[in-house]
Amino acid sequence: MQNNSLMGLKEHENKLLTIWSQILQDSGAGDGAMEEEESKEFASLFLSALEKSGNFDEFEKVEDLIIGIASSRGKRGFSPRENAQYLISFKQAASKVISELITDSAELYDANLKLNEILDNMMIMTFEAFMKGREDIISRQVDEISEISTPVISVWEGIVALPIIGTLDSSRTQVVMENLLQQIVDTGSSIAILDISGVPAVDSLVAQHLIKTVSATRLMGAECIISGIRPEIAQTVVHLGIDLTGIITKASLASALRTAFDMLQLNVVKRKVIG
Amino acid sequence: MERIPILKMGQYLLVTIQVDLYDQLAENLESDLINTISKHSSKGVLIDISAVSIIDSFMGRILGNIAVMSKIMDAQTVVVGMQPAVAITLVELGLSLNGVISALNVERGMELLRSKMHNSDNEEPEYDDDNE
Repeated sequence: MQNNSLMGLKEHENKLLTIWSQILQDSGAGDGAMEEEESKEFASLFLSALEKSGNFDEFEKVEDLIIGIASSRGKRGFSPRENAQYLISFKQAASKVISELITDSAELYDANLKLNEILDNMMIMTFEAFMKGREDIISRQVDEISEISTPVISVWEGIVALPIIGTLDSSRTQVVMENLLQQIVDTGSSIAILDISGVPAVDSLVAQHLIKTVSATRLMGAECIISGIRPEIAQTVVHLGIDLTGIITKASLASALRTAFDMLQLNVVKRKVIG
Repeated sequence: MERIPILKMGQYLLVTIQVDLYDQLAENLESDLINTISKHSSKGVLIDISAVSIIDSFMGRILGNIAVMSKIMDAQTVVVGMQPAVAITLVELGLSLNGVISALNVERGMELLRSKMHNSDNEEPEYDDDNE
């Protein structure tokens, strides 16, 4: 029975839209023309779904639409609160229209309850859509960061350098190691310099990862130099009792490069100016 | 029985492993290699594992054993051409093959062996005399 009363809404679509856009404007949750289009589409689809109430396919369409609207609004800079406000104001508008249509209080209560149920459900969906959009962005950024944050630089014939920026965790160490070893094979380099000046802190786990990387490089037949060790890092390493004695460590990339030159028996000399 | 060929090149022995090693094959290789070293009194062993895509802890240990055994027989072992994935696996297994010297490819490995020979000839003549 309440379905019948809710069905009546369809005939008052224009009135509903006017009230809705009025509420939206008052609350400041709207942004003009683009939204009007969306609102019109949503209202008409919602109301026709309501008319054929009981047909779940119809509501699925509405749900898809509202998820689309929510994510598009999210991209336009609306907060999830404003998205919820958007639906709440639709509910307010619909309630207002219903209260004018239905006089019997019990019937009105039922109709409102039904309306609430449907719209609240949709509101949760908009939140979910918003969260999902954000999560997609975050996971894409994580991929991008791990992709760009481990560049292997060929500094000289036979010398590759790998500046590490940010904390080293297990998954990143894996990426770093794979990139470094692959690059060593590709370039046929015999010396790899691992610069950790961009690593904020070294704990026993990070040290473990570094030692693993150095061992793997040695197994490949190349030598690994760790550079960019700051005084604080030297202190923590000693305090933690981590043994780095088997590893060549240098304070700066420059001195690591100098060591690498020595190992390759290269000599860098200043050119004599004639005259 | 299937065997891995051991080639003699002057003072050195060259072993190229081109099949995936199973345990029996690896054990045979170990004993064959040691026998060949003693037969030719070789000074260096070069093991090329560039075609090996899988090494487990047993294989890692065999490689380590070969290196130590050859050392006792006065031959230097160099393992060349290890795949990145193999190196990572070995490190994850906790086997860093400390006695084994590695090189990127056969060419570098030969160079390394020669320089080792050269160094030991120059620096420790008395040890060589003692051993011979």
